[in-house]
Amino acid sequence: MKNFLWKTVAWMLSACLMTGVLVGCGKNSGSDNKMKLTNVSYDPTRELYENYNKLFASHYKEETGKEIEIIQSHGGSGSQARSVIEGNDADVVTLALAHDITSIEDAGMIEAGWIDEFSKNSSPYTSTIVFLVRKGNEKGIADWDDLIKDGVDVITPDPKSSGGACWNFLAAWYYTKEKYQNDETQMKDFVSKLYNNVSVMDSGARGATTTFVENKQGDVLIAWENEALLTLEQYPDEYELITPSISILAEPSVAIVDENADKNGTQEAAKEYLEYLYTDEAQRLIGENYYRPSNQTILQEFSDTFDLNVRLCSIDDFGGWDQAYEDFFADDKIFDEINGK
Amino acid sequence: MKKERLKKQHSIIPGRGMTLGITITMLSLFILIPLVSAMLYSFRMSWKDFTELITRPNVTQAFATSIWCSLIAAVINCIFGTILAWVLVRYEFPGKRLMDAMIELPFALPTAVAGITLTKMYSDNGFLGRALERVGIRVSYTRLGIIIAMVFIGIPFVVRAVQPILEKLPAAHEEAALMLGASRFTTFRKVIFPEIMPALLSGFGLALARGIGEYGSVIYISGNSEKNGTQVVSYIIMSKLNSGNVDYEGAAAIALVLLILSFLMLFLINMIQHFAARRTNA
Amino acid sequence: MKERREIIVKWMLIGISFLFFIIMLVLPLLEVIVRALADGWDSYCNAISADHTLSALKVTLIATVIALAVNTVFGLAAAWALTKFDFFGRNVLSTLIDIPFSISPVIAGLAFIMTFGRSGWMAPVLDWINQTLGTDIALVFSVPGVVLATIFVTFPFVSREIIPILYAQGSDEEEAAALMGAKGFTIFRKITFPHIKWGLLYGMILCTARAFGEFGAVYAISKTRGETFTLPLEIDALYMTGSADSITQAFAVSSLLVAMAVVILIGKNIVEYYGRKRK
Repeated sequence: MKNFLWKTVAWMLSACLMTGVLVGCGKNSGSDNKMKLTNVSYDPTRELYENYNKLFASHYKEETGKEIEIIQSHGGSGSQARSVIEGNDADVVTLALAHDITSIEDAGMIEAGWIDEFSKNSSPYTSTIVFLVRKGNEKGIADWDDLIKDGVDVITPDPKSSGGACWNFLAAWYYTKEKYQNDETQMKDFVSKLYNNVSVMDSGARGATTTFVENKQGDVLIAWENEALLTLEQYPDEYELITPSISILAEPSVAIVDENADKNGTQEAAKEYLEYLYTDEAQRLIGENYYRPSNQTILQEFSDTFDLNVRLCSIDDFGGWDQAYEDFFADDKIFDEINGK
Repeated sequence: MKKERLKKQHSIIPGRGMTLGITITMLSLFILIPLVSAMLYSFRMSWKDFTELITRPNVTQAFATSIWCSLIAAVINCIFGTILAWVLVRYEFPGKRLMDAMIELPFALPTAVAGITLTKMYSDNGFLGRALERVGIRVSYTRLGIIIAMVFIGIPFVVRAVQPILEKLPAAHEEAALMLGASRFTTFRKVIFPEIMPALLSGFGLALARGIGEYGSVIYISGNSEKNGTQVVSYIIMSKLNSGNVDYEGAAAIALVLLILSFLMLFLINMIQHFAARRTNA
Repeated sequence: MKERREIIVKWMLIGISFLFFIIMLVLPLLEVIVRALADGWDSYCNAISADHTLSALKVTLIATVIALAVNTVFGLAAAWALTKFDFFGRNVLSTLIDIPFSISPVIAGLAFIMTFGRSGWMAPVLDWINQTLGTDIALVFSVPGVVLATIFVTFPFVSREIIPILYAQGSDEEEAAALMGAKGFTIFRKITFPHIKWGLLYGMILCTARAFGEFGAVYAISKTRGETFTLPLEIDALYMTGSADSITQAFAVSSLLVAMAVVILIGKNIVEYYGRKRK
């Protein structure tokens, strides 16, 4: 009996060892001399960073003579931030919300004061929320009021799982705030009607766009301005963009993940990568990819593309992101209240 | 009986230490340790928070959706699975081998591909979706869509469970019954059904368990609307992890409930198989 | 009269089967192929030879091969232990092995992150190992993580195929051989293996099929396209890019997986055919 136990233990140990070796073998062995930089970003920036990375790589080669390869990672902003906290080896993060970067800071991976590390609150580009309707605008949608009419089918993602969807909600909320002068019952009633018209609630902004554009669901998509403009470009003459009277200024933020960058020895390259976003060339590229450049002079160059007269509220009107989340999207708060109705 | 006792005392077959050692280590490393550490997160919650979370309307609704849809899908699968297995075993017809070979397609086809394809097919601009729309049936973005996705992923479980049993069942059995004047239906009910019952149940259980936890194939076609009751449990877990305020405890707690449900179901299946084996051996 | 009813019933059942078969299984397959070729052959070729696709194919193959090796070893060991010996907790053990069958794959990926991720309790242990050995192994958001998740979801496939065969076989032959003084591996090679050969192969084929296609578990643990993405993740990424072109590309890459699935199914049928013939 004792013999059996010893045997079992011995085999357990050797099985452990074997497993270690096996799994270790699967390790990526790509340790060539090329500098690698991982940029963890959110969904709609795929095209922007694909283009920017090319621009930056050639600039970096010119400047330092070294090759650099940028590895991209995209997904919902919240889950991307979570993956960094859990060990996704990001050198820089370029996320949809400052809040998501703060949560990485809270995990001790980004040094405090990151928001002042780069100019304009570390947000090199901004965007806003607009409506996308099918050509001809059959339902006559012009502003938020039209979205709560009977028979209007709205597509917007789920604020519970998508950062972008939270902006959509807040923009609507701010509109009602002006309309009803802070009368909360009426405001809740309005957004409740709005979300009653939502027929498909995807888990992310990209999924919502696909549902609206590819699977032809719904009459109106509440979308990021850059997503909407990109759709117009890809499907000319099929859609129209409607700018509501009030919208919200979304400020995606960028930061260096100090813990990883120090470990990987990429601190300098990471800084260069993010700083270069503010140069004129990069800002123009940003505008061409339908994000609003933070450089005001260059933004004016794109006045044909963007409606620069739209009134924009910002997250500060809601007391900052943490406060807004607590008030609206936490369990049993306003969103749950109106969505259950 | 005698043999069993002999085995219990001491087996002379070698390799007990080795195989048991390997089995337990690998099971622990790959399955148990990660699972347990994930589940431990849910114990950071107080009992009150836990019950509050589990009884939240959107959570209970998601459980109801997942369980109901997979139940219906499993029943559909049992009906069609039995017919398919019967046809494949008893009849000869052109295309039989192809049909037999393709049954496992849902196993081999990645769930994401299945989900995307089904969504396309059944949405308003897919050809099946358009045809059904004309009759007034919407599939994509409704519970019906979820059920179809679950039928798709569950069908091989049932066919492959029933098929071998039917193969073993001698045709003479039912012929005798038919000869004695029993109607087709009675023959099926009294002679065949009891034989395939345990296998059918086991296939049912596997399809059900698979459906309840399914993510990839369901997520595209469901539309995930709380209002229409098309959120499934896996989606709720994912949304807890993807939202602005990541809620590990909540995700783990819901996962724990899901895990217990699946485990109970599997245990039931094993019990059924156990009893079935005993009965056929006796 | 009875004959004729018989025939009607037969063709009715075959008809129902075909209808179900075509709607549920054939149409989705055709849909994938038609959509994949929507932009013509050239763009199809471009899509499946893109860098991202090739890298995803590589990761998928690595994960599949390792998962297959691990699960085969485990499956054989577990089947032997469970069917040849009686010990305390055998029933529980056999249920535990089946867990990955029914667990939501989402939980599987999550479980590894909560264990080996930066905030998991195993993280310090990993750091220590890396420091002492001077290595740089990461178990999540890396290829090893993908391998682990794949192993998890395919874990019971091999053992589940062999266990029933060994049960049905009984242990008499092995006992006799052992009494005559044969060594463990000799018994296995000469007596057990011929019985389970086809079952083992069948299990390995199912394991491969599942490993190719896993989405949920890997989705949680792999985040970088072109580095740790597997084919199903690449498909998702392409689909989510949202333009008409990229959706066609997504179906093109899907067709690659479908082709692999069909090859596997053919292999499975050959195996089954020979397995049956031997019986």
